[in-house]
Amino acid sequence: MTMANENKDNPTIEKKGFNAWLNKRLPIDEFVNSQLIGYFAPKNFNFWYFFGALALLVFVIQILSGIFLTMNYKPGELTAFDSVEYIMREIEWGWLIRYMHSTGASFFFIVIYMHMFRALMYGSYRGPRELLWIIGMLLYLGLMAEAFMGYVLPWGNMSYWGAQVIVNLFGTIPVIGGGLVEWIRGDYGIADATLNRFFALHVIAVPFALAFLILLHIVALRQTGSNNPDGIEIKANLNNRGNPLDGIPFHPYYTVKDLFGVGIFLLFFCGVIFFVPTFGGLFLEKPNFEPANPLSTPEHIAPVWYFTPFYAMLRAVPDQQMGALLMTLAIVAFFFLPWLDRSPVKSMRYKGWISRTFLGFFVVSFIALGYFGMMPADGLYVILARIFTTLYFAYFILMPWYTRVEKTKPLPERVSYDA
Amino acid sequence: MMRSKFSPLAALMLIAIVGINFAEASTEAAAQCRGLDVKHQQVNNDIGNTASLQRGARNFMSYCVTCHSLKYNRYSRIAKDLGIPDAELDKFLVLPNVKKTDYVTAPLSASDGEAWFGKAPPDLSLIARSRGPDYVYQYLTSFYADAGSVTGVNNLVLPGTAMPHVLSSLQGVPDALRCNLAAGQPGATIVISELVPGVVGQLDSEQYIGFVRDTVNFLDYAGEPTKALRTSLGVWVILFLLVFTGFAYLLKQEYWRDVK
Repeated sequence: MTMANENKDNPTIEKKGFNAWLNKRLPIDEFVNSQLIGYFAPKNFNFWYFFGALALLVFVIQILSGIFLTMNYKPGELTAFDSVEYIMREIEWGWLIRYMHSTGASFFFIVIYMHMFRALMYGSYRGPRELLWIIGMLLYLGLMAEAFMGYVLPWGNMSYWGAQVIVNLFGTIPVIGGGLVEWIRGDYGIADATLNRFFALHVIAVPFALAFLILLHIVALRQTGSNNPDGIEIKANLNNRGNPLDGIPFHPYYTVKDLFGVGIFLLFFCGVIFFVPTFGGLFLEKPNFEPANPLSTPEHIAPVWYFTPFYAMLRAVPDQQMGALLMTLAIVAFFFLPWLDRSPVKSMRYKGWISRTFLGFFVVSFIALGYFGMMPADGLYVILARIFTTLYFAYFILMPWYTRVEKTKPLPERVSYDA
Repeated sequence: MMRSKFSPLAALMLIAIVGINFAEASTEAAAQCRGLDVKHQQVNNDIGNTASLQRGARNFMSYCVTCHSLKYNRYSRIAKDLGIPDAELDKFLVLPNVKKTDYVTAPLSASDGEAWFGKAPPDLSLIARSRGPDYVYQYLTSFYADAGSVTGVNNLVLPGTAMPHVLSSLQGVPDALRCNLAAGQPGATIVISELVPGVVGQLDSEQYIGFVRDTVNFLDYAGEPTKALRTSLGVWVILFLLVFTGFAYLLKQEYWRDVK
């Protein structure tokens, strides 16, 4: 097999027939050559590098399954719950489409959290990729909004009460809070108007914003090039054609590798869809199989699992206003990572034990907080939530200190790769 | 201040007495009195057992549907999914003017239900999903005689339930044995320690459990009619994906051979 980048040497292969006609009018081959074959990615990508492509896959799954759901879903407080059950029972393959969409929501967050952890581990947020990271964080915010509003649409009892709790958080903003909450809901409570506008935002506005941000994310990635597990720039070592020595064409090398990753992903994805679609009440919560009822509060209100780390922080603070502020800071902190990290190296492979310890604590805290956020806010859980919230923030706040004082390992010239 | 009037010695003695009393009482209570916990009982129903589902459907149509609807399930769909022949299905149509393609509605109106029971009997098409099959099983097996209640019965998992013990002709009405958790201490914490046969019904205990299991199995089906299809189809999907992923891996290995 020849290296595909040899195409670059003779880019003007004679085209004939329809192919020539088409490419004169639409530069398909040029696009493929420059963006897929001509894009050189580091050859030492490991397991953690599957999740970017997988995030794109889940986005497509959500859009496609969402289109078919929209054909039969009827927004409105009197129709929404019934229409979801109609989809589940009477629409051909409706149950499959619905489970794809509900499972896809949770898998979107699993994939994105893995993708973000990869960036934290290998310093992918560091210069020159600061903007790539910030666009990614905006995508994460957009995804949170999308997921939250999507969760309200089935109009189950947890939809209703979850929306009540989360929208009320905006009420903690000084001065404008009260008015803002009313403006978001379009009513004095979570009501028909709220449901309808969330539907509009969920199917049109936010997906459009996400698609645009994804485009920006990929364009920014093409500009800086991918980071890699060693956290060194492959552009530092070029061959005589100006291509990175440690780079390989994205297509076909990473397209076939990602195809394998897609297979593994789909095994998990379909395993959940077909065998445990509610995932023990984590992906689809039990109270949401009861219609929204403003007079009956569920035993304890908890958001879906992907929000629970932040929900635990909210409840760890006795004052709701301070809790909401803390929760916001927990997300905002990510945006500052490129400037908080002062280490001479990017990757955990070459950082010292202090950085590794803090990242480890951070991950443990995030998972633990996720667990506490699902539990009733009782004495011990609140105390533990406070401890882990502190550890969570220590990762960010102390980063300028610990990344500078620790001893790092010397960086290699070239990426480490075992064929 | 009140507190200063106590001498430290008296306080110590009080603690000692209470402590001894408490220790005695708790060992005694542990030996004799324990509250009955039914919330961990499992129904272990099998949605693939068509005979059980058919029996469950028959049970539901005989005992439940007069008050409880299954508003998302159609008679014809139930018959199709459960392999119920037309002649048998006709027996299910208890309301006049009901067609086979209609949803399963209850003759009892919500307003009558509210007037007679204090609460309209809920629709049960999603009860196995919102509460879980185990809950329904625990509920139907934990009625007991309670002279203080309007219906003459009470329930362990839903105390003060508005529903009478509709299945009492089958199960009979168990009596509750009570004991004092705080025996030997001032005050009393009375709990139910056991349900024992009281008024006798047509079925023995094992038959009744089977009756409830079938009924809950049917409600589990009613909550998600495609459940059996979902899992049987899932096996083929996973098998296909295993083959696909295997070939994808070989393809990747082939392409990556020249990456050094």
